[in-house]
Amino acid sequence: MAEARSGGPKARPRSPHLGIYRWPITMGTSILHRVTGVGLAFGTLLVAWWLVAASMGPESYDTFARVAGHWFGQLVLFGFTVALIYHAVNGVRHLFWDVGRGFKMHTANTSGIVAYVVTVALTLLVWLVAYRSMGVI
Amino acid sequence: MSVQTPLGRVRGLGSAKSGTAHFWHQRVTAVALLPLTIWFVWSIARYAGAPYAEVLEFLHDPINAVAILLFVLAGLYHMVLGVQVVIEDYIHREGTKLALLMFTNFAAFAIGVTCVIAVLRIAV
Repeated sequence: MAEARSGGPKARPRSPHLGIYRWPITMGTSILHRVTGVGLAFGTLLVAWWLVAASMGPESYDTFARVAGHWFGQLVLFGFTVALIYHAVNGVRHLFWDVGRGFKMHTANTSGIVAYVVTVALTLLVWLVAYRSMGVI
Repeated sequence: MSVQTPLGRVRGLGSAKSGTAHFWHQRVTAVALLPLTIWFVWSIARYAGAPYAEVLEFLHDPINAVAILLFVLAGLYHMVLGVQVVIEDYIHREGTKLALLMFTNFAAFAIGVTCVIAVLRIAV
């Protein structure tokens, strides 16, 4: 062993210890896919509420609109759109993997970063359009 | 009694005895949801903060009514399949697992029927 001849091993970790462990990109994208998926399951309740409120008349819809317009409502809706867009964008990666493409480590890492960038860009675009529709900007 | 050999019976069905149906349905709904999601996100962005009358007009359009229900129903089916996997991954006590799987299905049907009725009340 080289270390043994040059006066003992250097003090370096022998295993992927937590202190130096870096999450692989694909691990982050995978966990986020599942987390956003479970979040979107609850998000269906928002869509249902919107439709039911619209079907029940102006007062119900007004209640929905006020909650949706509140800063906390906006925060929840922002989370919903980010989750929906990320899950859809990253879902495309999964569909490519399902047909056996994009498995090379470099490709999978790059597509993961692309998924993050596209998610941020699309989310900003959607909220830009939304705030323009509302006449806020 | 089946005249099939044991190998013939299990071939292609795997340990869950349901073959690739779950996997395949998850993918079919995923593909269906891509255009529907683009349409949905674009629509809610354009109708954000719109007055009640405009929202009603939007949902009164048969194309929008069909699209929103396809989005909700395909989404719920995709959700049931996905949440099922999550539950099976993390919940190992048989009773709890069964209860949660049942609840997911009940919730999906309840939300689905509710959305259908709501949209039909406006669109029809």
